[in-house]
Amino acid sequence: MNTNVKRRLMLKGTLLASMAGVAASAGLLVPSKVLAVWSQAAFDATTVDSALNALVGSSSLTDSPDIKIKAPAIAENGAVVNILVSTTITGVESMSILVEKNASPLALSADISKNVEPFVKTRVKIGKTSKVLGVVKAGGKLYSTSKQVKVTIGGCGG
Amino acid sequence: MRINIVKKDGQAWVRVLIKHPMETGMRKDKGTGKVIPAHFIKSVVLAHNNDIVVNAKCGVAVSKDPFFFFKIKGVNSGDVIKINWEDNTGKSEAAEEKVA
Repeated sequence: MNTNVKRRLMLKGTLLASMAGVAASAGLLVPSKVLAVWSQAAFDATTVDSALNALVGSSSLTDSPDIKIKAPAIAENGAVVNILVSTTITGVESMSILVEKNASPLALSADISKNVEPFVKTRVKIGKTSKVLGVVKAGGKLYSTSKQVKVTIGGCGG
Repeated sequence: MRINIVKKDGQAWVRVLIKHPMETGMRKDKGTGKVIPAHFIKSVVLAHNNDIVVNAKCGVAVSKDPFFFFKIKGVNSGDVIKINWEDNTGKSEAAEEKVA
């Protein structure tokens, strides 16, 4: 095992420990199944496919008309773009938002319990004109829909 | 962190606004030319009473001062919604609010 791999394993370990600590200090009990670990590989991935593979172990997406994604067609400021994803699909396990052309496409992935409406709204950065994907995991399968967002001022520059 | 909860049709509409720079680690300081280190929220957890209902993982593409909106079902008056975030430096914040 080279040092890099060891370091990564160690980092993973510390992260797990600290996450458990935070949850415990907030008085939350943590069933490990619910509290999925933050995946470095998924958030570092440079393509939608590799991000999804690292996140959920598959990148096979089924286009679904049952997912709605609300995003502006033109975003003047790519640093703050409102994205809303909702679906009528039942048994949703997680909802994710990916920006295809960002250096790291995966922006957000929310695991939700059955007591949560399959709905999420947030604001993301979009570096340049790109497709934004809403990906829904239900019954072990991935469903998605996308919307093109045109960006006039990038959201990731310095 | 600011939490706004509205009860609607037996659901709690939870809006969260967190003050955070959400640095990508790709920007450079214009004065010094040095890369500004990544500093971003990685995890946001919502709990209804003591059940974790949302576990959101974030990357650097979430905008500065993140905003999240989730809808939790089966919520009654007096229930407690707890929210907890943690960033990549280990900093975290927890807050809770009773549903009116």
